[in-house]
Amino acid sequence: MADVIERVKKIVVERLEVEADKVVEAATFQEDLGADSLDLVELVMAFEEEFAIEIPDEVQEQINSVGDAVKFITERV
Amino acid sequence: MRRVVITGIGLTTPLANGREASWSRLIEGQSGVGRIDTFDADDLACQIAGQVPWKSGRGGGSEDDPASFDPDAVMSAKERRRIDEFILYGMAAADEAVADSGWTPETDDEKFRTGVLIGSGIGGLSSIADTSIVLHEKGPRKISPFFIPGALINLVSGQVSIKHGFKGPNHAVVTACATGAHAIGDSARLIASGDADVMVAGGTEAAVCRIGIAGFVACRAMSTSYNDAPETASRPYDEGRDGFVMGEGAGILVLEEYEHAKARGAKIYAEVAGYGLSGDAYHITSPDTSGNGGERAMRSALEKSGLSASDIDYVNAHGTSTPAGDETEVRAVERVLGDHAKNVNLSSTKSAIGHLLGAAGAVETAFCALAIRDNVVPPTINLENPSFEAEVNLTPKTAVKREIKAAVSNSFGFGGTNAALVLKQVD
Repeated sequence: MADVIERVKKIVVERLEVEADKVVEAATFQEDLGADSLDLVELVMAFEEEFAIEIPDEVQEQINSVGDAVKFITERV
Repeated sequence: MRRVVITGIGLTTPLANGREASWSRLIEGQSGVGRIDTFDADDLACQIAGQVPWKSGRGGGSEDDPASFDPDAVMSAKERRRIDEFILYGMAAADEAVADSGWTPETDDEKFRTGVLIGSGIGGLSSIADTSIVLHEKGPRKISPFFIPGALINLVSGQVSIKHGFKGPNHAVVTACATGAHAIGDSARLIASGDADVMVAGGTEAAVCRIGIAGFVACRAMSTSYNDAPETASRPYDEGRDGFVMGEGAGILVLEEYEHAKARGAKIYAEVAGYGLSGDAYHITSPDTSGNGGERAMRSALEKSGLSASDIDYVNAHGTSTPAGDETEVRAVERVLGDHAKNVNLSSTKSAIGHLLGAAGAVETAFCALAIRDNVVPPTINLENPSFEAEVNLTPKTAVKREIKAAVSNSFGFGGTNAALVLKQVD
């Protein structure tokens, strides 16, 4: 779990070019971290690549925060 | 008719990043052509190009050269991953041109009256090639959401408008190697007709990639005999010429309605006095051997400018260093100039930077404006032995100081599309 959180944070910081301390589990990608719809698609692709999983489109729509991503990925890996 | 003047110039060329460095190196007779160093070119018949010198060392640049290109100065690494390099170069040159013009629209109305019209001949060719490999090897789910907006030609105009808040006409031209000239001419018309007061106009290209070189080599259009002497490969009018050398970069101008420019005390380089267009209706890649298409574009531009042939001092030729096209164009220029031809300097600045395709016409129009500003004709470097006798002075090897009150820039593209621009000094 801790490992997943760190890896997710690293990807978010890198892809969205945001400060690491803003990437907390409660942070939402669009409101808090300034991502747009295309950023989100790219972010999900990066998660898929990093964790070698597939995140279906209907699940993507429910991943709105860092915590949502960590939760979904932890269940899969 | 409203008059249109040039109040800002931005250049990113194989000679340098930046207007003044590109211009001074051009006048010194330097070449921006070298061996391709951004990908493996060993199996290509043409292994050389005019690459923009980067601070990272690519394209012959260096950290120590203040005129080497610094991508971080244009946009962040994150933003750069999402666009093809033709957009990056276009943004860089647009930033310089806008800063040079000093025009920063504040009110809504000023923003609505400021537009962008930047074209490209090919657009995101390298991105398209790379992404098609991803599609083939990894499947459709691995395609970046930024692939399409990072490769579309009109996204240069889009990106520039977003960055600077220009909300006027937003447009793009695609006419192969005449793109830059058409973008400037069409922008001037938009200002003349009252659609805008200011237009950021020009062309950008970054097609120096494996598929780009391989494609033009297949057209039998490129130089292939000078892989070991790249600086000498682009040699318009010389008997040793054997095809064009591809260049990359961007040329962007800020065009402005004359009274608008005067009212804010803007520096004025030159007036865009005339613009002419024509089609060859002849062949998809070869120019009409009669030169009639180019001739009609020049005559039309001259007529629109209100000048006569005897007012022209300098012609920046299309002159790509191909065996057939160079002489055909010079003959057409001489027919237009008539008895005055012997008094005119003509040069091909492609000798120094190669052929920037969709950016060529814009970069060369910028060179014409700087030639008018400084009263100096840039040289046709590498012109040792002309393959034919010309009435005009082909300006071999060294720049020539002379008064330049009016200049013509020619651009011709695949498909038989021709454009000519007439610039003149503003008193």
